[in-house]
Amino acid sequence: MRFGARLALAVIAIVVTATACVAPSDGSSRAEAGDCGPYARYGRHPATHVAVYASNRDREADLFEATWADFAACTGIDVQYEGDGEFEAQIQLRVEGGHAPDVAFFAQPGLLERFARAGRLEPASAELVSLAEQGWSADWNGYATVDGTLYGTPLVANVKSFVWYSPAFFRDRGLTVPHTWAELMELTERVAASGVTPWCAGLESGEATGWPVTDWIEDVLLRQQGPDVYDQWVSHRIPFNDPRVIRAMDTVGSVLKNDRYANGGYGPARSMASIAYQDAGRPILSGDCALHLQASFYAEHWPKGTRIGPDEDVFAFLLPGTDPSSRPVLGGGVFTAAFADRPEVRAFREYLASADFANARMKKGPFVSANKGVDPANAAGPIDRLSIQLLQDPRTQFRFDGSDLMPAAVGAGTFWKGSVDWITGKDTESVAAAIERSWPSH
Amino acid sequence: MSFDVVAQQPKLLHLLQGVAAFSAVVGLILLALHRGPVRRRGAACLLLAPALSLLTVGLLLPGLRTLGLSFMDDEGDAWVGIDNYVWMFTDPEALTALRNTLVWVVLVPLLVTGIGLLYAAAVIRSRFRALALSLVLLPMTISFVGAGLVWRFVYAYRPAGAEQIGLLNELVVAFGGGPRQWLVESPWNVLFLVVAMVWTQAGFAAVLLAGAIAAVPGEIVEAARLDGASSRQIFWRVTVPSIRPTLLVVVLSEVIGTFKAFDIVKTMTAGQFDTGVIAHEMVNQSFRYGRTGHGAALAVLLFLLVAPVVAHQVRAQRRAR
Repeated sequence: MRFGARLALAVIAIVVTATACVAPSDGSSRAEAGDCGPYARYGRHPATHVAVYASNRDREADLFEATWADFAACTGIDVQYEGDGEFEAQIQLRVEGGHAPDVAFFAQPGLLERFARAGRLEPASAELVSLAEQGWSADWNGYATVDGTLYGTPLVANVKSFVWYSPAFFRDRGLTVPHTWAELMELTERVAASGVTPWCAGLESGEATGWPVTDWIEDVLLRQQGPDVYDQWVSHRIPFNDPRVIRAMDTVGSVLKNDRYANGGYGPARSMASIAYQDAGRPILSGDCALHLQASFYAEHWPKGTRIGPDEDVFAFLLPGTDPSSRPVLGGGVFTAAFADRPEVRAFREYLASADFANARMKKGPFVSANKGVDPANAAGPIDRLSIQLLQDPRTQFRFDGSDLMPAAVGAGTFWKGSVDWITGKDTESVAAAIERSWPSH
Repeated sequence: MSFDVVAQQPKLLHLLQGVAAFSAVVGLILLALHRGPVRRRGAACLLLAPALSLLTVGLLLPGLRTLGLSFMDDEGDAWVGIDNYVWMFTDPEALTALRNTLVWVVLVPLLVTGIGLLYAAAVIRSRFRALALSLVLLPMTISFVGAGLVWRFVYAYRPAGAEQIGLLNELVVAFGGGPRQWLVESPWNVLFLVVAMVWTQAGFAAVLLAGAIAAVPGEIVEAARLDGASSRQIFWRVTVPSIRPTLLVVVLSEVIGTFKAFDIVKTMTAGQFDTGVIAHEMVNQSFRYGRTGHGAALAVLLFLLVAPVVAHQVRAQRRAR
């Protein structure tokens, strides 16, 4: 009896002591950086922290952290970055569970909009709005605007409409880079006639399996019908299975679902479903495939030692439009938004929205920003430079990746899944009709 | 990535606080119990209080909230009647998940119990019984995620002509066939996932059933043999009826486990290629698509499906006592 009581007391005593010992000891002991001049405008916020949550991990995360290290040292803000491959699913759990980060990087404007509508996000301050207007086109800011209120600023941009090819392969066969869709199809036929399956593609990407095909469909729709119809389709003012969309899908199908044209280096067209998107373009290096449609970030997925450039191992051209004068570009982007409105969070958001940040980040490694103030000369490689030039070119008709703008149930669900079903054999009409039925009605 | 203690400090602190609070509560209760005579009922209530309050906070309240959400829209602020349930039984994707779950729940317990029983019966009289049972139990020590990854490699596809990295396609090619995309071709891919689940669970069944078979009194078996029963007759007429309670426990726990199958589907196909099951679809709807109502309705369905099995099991155990 007595022993039990003493034991209980001892347990309490130990626990209380232990908790007291591990009291939070906050206080930044970071060394001051060399030149703090550029960061003076963000003020001093000693002993504060900003928790950042995003999907970027490993090298991308390291590059981000290296970029804002000076900012953190000069302002005294401890920027705590956390990268999570399951960001899209976890962010919802965190916010609902009361553990929202201060700042999050959203790759889907649709997801950002959902949190904005739920009243979770902090609107941009007046300074941030003016920085955004100064830095980006109205189109870009529009993706982070909900009901007229700006909630975030663009951070990363990528260009999706690149066709990767081998300059040597083209030279040996006397092929030239096409400038119209018709020329591209002619080129495809010539390569096929020479005994090489011209296109290669891979759809496997875990839960996101299928997304490369959605990019194909969006790219072709944007070219065949122009930006207006594309916008109507993305915002569901015309049904998902509108005849014009069906036509675009059938055009894609005439390439990707055609065993004569795909899947170069990997076998029949339906083999795409099992090929990881990261590996999909590699047969270009061995000459088993001639063309691979994939975003600018594919530059990172070539095997080590692959040189990229107009006269190197691989390079890319812009997927051509119906005529040489049009320049439709499909792309994606990442946006920052905040769940807290403390002074240090505001300072950090303003820093991320500056051209200084984008330029500094580009000097560290591969990175593209749509900020008007970035200098293409800072780009890490030829593809990044080309992307920035395209984004800054006034003739470019930029459109955001539709699957990232649609409601997640479609854009990150049935559209991806439907694309896989379609590639593995289902017919266009029934797949498009099924996706249309899955569109949330409210 | 390495585990940085300093960076993880806030989390560790949370954990410590939780443990501290829990220990403090338990300690206080122990203390209170030792203050003079307390009536037994009061003591029972006091001892049950932590468990009951945790169950209320962690199970009952969320359960009720989920039930409420299943009749609401995705923001949880308007009633939509039974719309979410109508969706569940009309949407092709949800129906696929329901169909697959049915296939899983029928096949996994049957195969696991069947294979486990045969294996147990085969090794029970062997000299290497202990070794054989440990071997078959090994897959159980691997997490479902690990098992899913292992089996994904078994089914991996490489084009004809290229070097196969998947065991199954390697075998098929060695016997002159062409490589196939096992995880892509619906509906057979569901069966390939089921195989992975059975692989992880069969050992559990074998060990439990081997124990039960060993406990069958030798006299009964001997009597049956004296009466001229063949080995097969003894197995089906004597052994199996004697171990019926254990068989039932194995089947029912497999049924419950299979209803909740999530990890294997998530790691092997991520629910693609028509392989989704209820638990996986529920997570997708709630947390990836933001369709809380749909997710809640699926959760309620899952609960309704599992509850009778659990109730039956509890009753059976009580009867056995």
